[in-house]
Amino acid sequence: MSRAAAFVATIVAVAVVAGLVAILPQLVNDYIVRVVIVMCISGVLVASMGLGNGFTGVFSLGHVGFVAVGAYVSGILSLSQAAKHSYLPDLPGWLSGITLPFLPATIVAGLVCVVLALVVGAPLMRLSGYFVSVATLGFLIIVNVVLINAVDFTRGARTFTGVPLETTLRWAAGWLVVTVIVLARVVYSPTGRRYLSVREDVIAARAVGIKVLPARLSAFTLGAFFAGVGGSLYGHYLGSFSPASFYMAYTFALISMLVIVRMPSISGALVGVVVVTVLSEVLRNLERGLDFGAFAIPPLYGASQIVLGIIFILIMIFRPSGIMGDREFGLGRFVKRKRA
Amino acid sequence: MNTGFYIAQQVINAISLGSLYALVAIGLSMVFGILRMTNFAHGDMMMVGAFGTLVLGWLGLPFGLAFLGGIAIGAIAGVIVERTAYRPVRGSADVTLLLTSLAVTYILENLGILVFSSSPRNFPIPDWMNEALQFYDGQITFTQINVATIVLTAVSLGFLGWFVTRTDAGLGMRAAAEDLGAAQLVGLDVNQLISVAFAIASRFAGLAGILWAAQSGIVEPDMGFTPLLKAFVAAIIGGFGSIAGALLGGYILGALEVFIVAFLPSEVSPYRDAIVFALLIAFLLFRPNGLLNRTQEVKL
Repeated sequence: MSRAAAFVATIVAVAVVAGLVAILPQLVNDYIVRVVIVMCISGVLVASMGLGNGFTGVFSLGHVGFVAVGAYVSGILSLSQAAKHSYLPDLPGWLSGITLPFLPATIVAGLVCVVLALVVGAPLMRLSGYFVSVATLGFLIIVNVVLINAVDFTRGARTFTGVPLETTLRWAAGWLVVTVIVLARVVYSPTGRRYLSVREDVIAARAVGIKVLPARLSAFTLGAFFAGVGGSLYGHYLGSFSPASFYMAYTFALISMLVIVRMPSISGALVGVVVVTVLSEVLRNLERGLDFGAFAIPPLYGASQIVLGIIFILIMIFRPSGIMGDREFGLGRFVKRKRA
Repeated sequence: MNTGFYIAQQVINAISLGSLYALVAIGLSMVFGILRMTNFAHGDMMMVGAFGTLVLGWLGLPFGLAFLGGIAIGAIAGVIVERTAYRPVRGSADVTLLLTSLAVTYILENLGILVFSSSPRNFPIPDWMNEALQFYDGQITFTQINVATIVLTAVSLGFLGWFVTRTDAGLGMRAAAEDLGAAQLVGLDVNQLISVAFAIASRFAGLAGILWAAQSGIVEPDMGFTPLLKAFVAAIIGGFGSIAGALLGGYILGALEVFIVAFLPSEVSPYRDAIVFALLIAFLLFRPNGLLNRTQEVKL
C-alpha cells in the first residue's frame, strides 16, 4: 500500500473515531460512556506497555510505576491554588505557584516519565528474562514507597484529591488515537523491525549490527511517555486516588489485557482492553448478587477476579501466544503490513 | 541504655526476621532451581497456611494441632497449584511461567477475599507464645514467638539438609535442579520429584505464614505478598536457585532491614523497602548470580 493510501486510511479512521466520539453520548447512557472512557485510557496504557513487553521482549512489571508518576505529576500541576493550599500546604513554592491546564500538565507528566525511564532503563534494560521482570517490579515497589513517604507532594498514603475531572471522552479517545498512530509508526518502521529482531534473537541481532540497549531503551522510554500520559488521563478521570490505586492489582489488570490477545500487536492490545473491560464489568455486576424473586444469589466479592484469573491461566496453557495468534487486524493490516 | 545490649537486641530481632525470610526464600529458590520459574504464588501459601490454622482453630482443634494442620494445608495447596496450573505450562518461556504464577496469586488472593473478606482478622495464639522474656533488667527482650520462630526454622532446615543429602528423593531433586532433562533420562520420576519439591517449599511457606501471623497478630488475604517480594530479594542476593544462598540471603536481608531501622537516622526508616529493592536491582545488575550460586549463566 502506498504512503498516500496509508495516509488516507489513517485520516478516515481518525474521522470515524471522531464521529463515534461525537454521537456516542447521545446513543448510550452515562455508565457506558464512562466505561468507554476507561477503555480508552486502558488502551493508551496497554498499547504502550505492549511496545516494550511485546515488541522488544523485555517483560516489564514496572509500567504501572510510570502510570503512578504520571497521575501524581499531572495532578500536582493541575491542582487549583485553593486545592493546593488546603491539601498540599507543604508543597515547595515553585510548585505551589503554578496551575497548568490539562494538556500541558499531561505532556509534562509524560516527559517526566521519559526522564525517569531513561535513568531507570539505562541499567535495567541490560537485563532480560525473569531478571528484568523482577527488577522492574522492584522499580514499581520503589515508586510506591516513595509516593507513600513523599508526604509534602502526595499526601502520603492518604487519598490525593481535588484533581479537576477533565478527562472527557474526547480527551481519552484523542490521546488513544495519538498513541496508536505514534506506536504504529514506530513499530512498523525499521526501528520496529530492530525491536522484533532483538526480541527473537539477541545474539543474531547484534551480529547484524543492531545495538540491543538503545533498541530496548527507546521502546521502554516511549512506552513510559504514554504510561505517564495515561496516568494523567486516569488521574483526571478519577479525581482522587492513592498510591494503592497504582499497584499490583492494576498491574495485573493491564497485563491480562495485554496477554489475553497476542502481545506484540497494537490492535491485539486494544481488543484485549475491550474484552477484559467488558468481561470484568459484566462479572462485577453479577458479583453484586442476583435477585430472581424466588431465590437470590448472594454477593460474591472477588469472584469476578477469580474468573478472570482462571481465564488468564487457561490462555497461558492452551494459547500461550494469545487468542489472535500472529494477526494484526483492522487499520494496522491495511496500512502498515507490507510483505516483500 | 547499654550499647552492647542494644546491639544484641537488634541481632536477635534480625535473626528472628531473617528466619522468616529464609523460610520463604528457600521454597522460592528450590522451585526456581528445578523449573526456572519465579513463583509469585509462593507467598500465598503463607496465607493459606495461616488461614488453615485459623479455621482449624475455629473447629476446636488445640493450637498445636491446628498449627501442624495449617502447615499441611499449605503444602497440599502448593502441590495442587503445581499440578493444575504449573505442570501444563512447564517448559514454556520465562514470561509465560511468571505470568501464570501471577495469575495464580491473583486467584488465590481473591479466593481469600471471597471466603474470608478482605479485612484483616485476629490470629489467636496461646498466651504463652506472647510471653516476653526479659534479660538484664529488660535491656534484652523477646517473646516466645521469636524463640519458636528461630527453633522451628532451625528444625526445618535440619530436616531439609537431611532430606536433600540423605534421601533418594532429595538426591533426585538436586539432580533435577542440575538438569531436568538428564534427570528424566536416567529414569527419575520428574513429576513426582517436582510435586515433592512443591510440597516441601509450600510447607516452609505455610510455616512462615503461621509464624508471621503469630508475630503480627492478624491474617489477611494479601499477607503473603510483601514477604514474598522480600524473599525474592533474599533469594537473589544469595543466588537464585541455591538453597544455601536463600538461607544466607534471608538472614542478610533480615539483618539489613532491622539495622536500617535501628541504626540509621529515623528519616531513613520509612524508605527501608525502597532501599531493599534498590539493593535487589543492584544485585541483578552487578552480581546476578548472587553470592553463592556460580552455575547459573545470565545472558543479555
